[in-house]
Amino acid sequence: MPGRGEVVLAEGDPQLSADEERLVDEFRRQLDAGMWAAVPTTDGSSGRREAIMVRDYAEIPEGAERVIFFPRAAGG
Amino acid sequence: MSTVAFVVVALIAATLAGYSLVMRVHAATADRRRSPRRHRRALRLDPGTERRAERRARALLRSIVNRDEWEMYRDLGFIRVIGHNSLDDTATGVYCYLIYPHKPIVAYLPGSNSLMSEYCVEFPDHEERMYGPKLPDSDDVLAKWMMLRSDEEGLIRRANMHLPGRQVDPQQVRRDLWRLAMWERERDARRGRVSTGPAASAVTANAGPAR
Repeated sequence: MPGRGEVVLAEGDPQLSADEERLVDEFRRQLDAGMWAAVPTTDGSSGRREAIMVRDYAEIPEGAERVIFFPRAAGG
Repeated sequence: MSTVAFVVVALIAATLAGYSLVMRVHAATADRRRSPRRHRRALRLDPGTERRAERRARALLRSIVNRDEWEMYRDLGFIRVIGHNSLDDTATGVYCYLIYPHKPIVAYLPGSNSLMSEYCVEFPDHEERMYGPKLPDSDDVLAKWMMLRSDEEGLIRRANMHLPGRQVDPQQVRRDLWRLAMWERERDARRGRVSTGPAASAVTANAGPAR
């Protein structure tokens, strides 16, 4: 999580229900705190790295290794 | 008579000086209690914390952006990103962004190096009480990169747009674009490729796999 450098908030295997519940809770907690969430992705054909914004836990692509939380953008 | 007058004046002066001193000490104490910056500075016990945070942020950035982009940031201090809408079949109307840490995003046309606009955007972390809302440099770059890659229009909509030169010196940007062109030429030479200019290499970098 950007903020004071990378900080791991929660980790687990989403296939395990106990882990998934914890991951969902942390996801919601961060969004409730005003953070935005993005998932780093890699284009299958070109190998280029991209990112997608997610607003719900269900939007996280299957197999995603991590979700990055960062503060909301504001005009500077 | 003059001695008595002198003593009286001296007593009055001493009283006023004492009163003034007490008031200054009182005001300074109150200031110290009120000022959050002083308070924050007092809590900042470890001077290496921010450096370590920046090191972690750089590692995170490196693990997420493309290899070319990481090397660009490491060597030049900024990242060039190609606008999503410019990826048409004819590669016309190509425009790019330069992402600097804690500076506006600069949009430009790579063919002519014409500067288009500055997009002022911040990611203030208001929850951070101890260190203030400013992210480490590499986290700021990462947040801008992720927004540009995932929601370019949303970022542009939220940012304050200004003409070039408002916050970032155009001469500095042109120097950076020249440095970028030199950097790309050296990189291509190292990899045994022929570069046909910044615009062509920019499109190649985005459309093809990282090599």
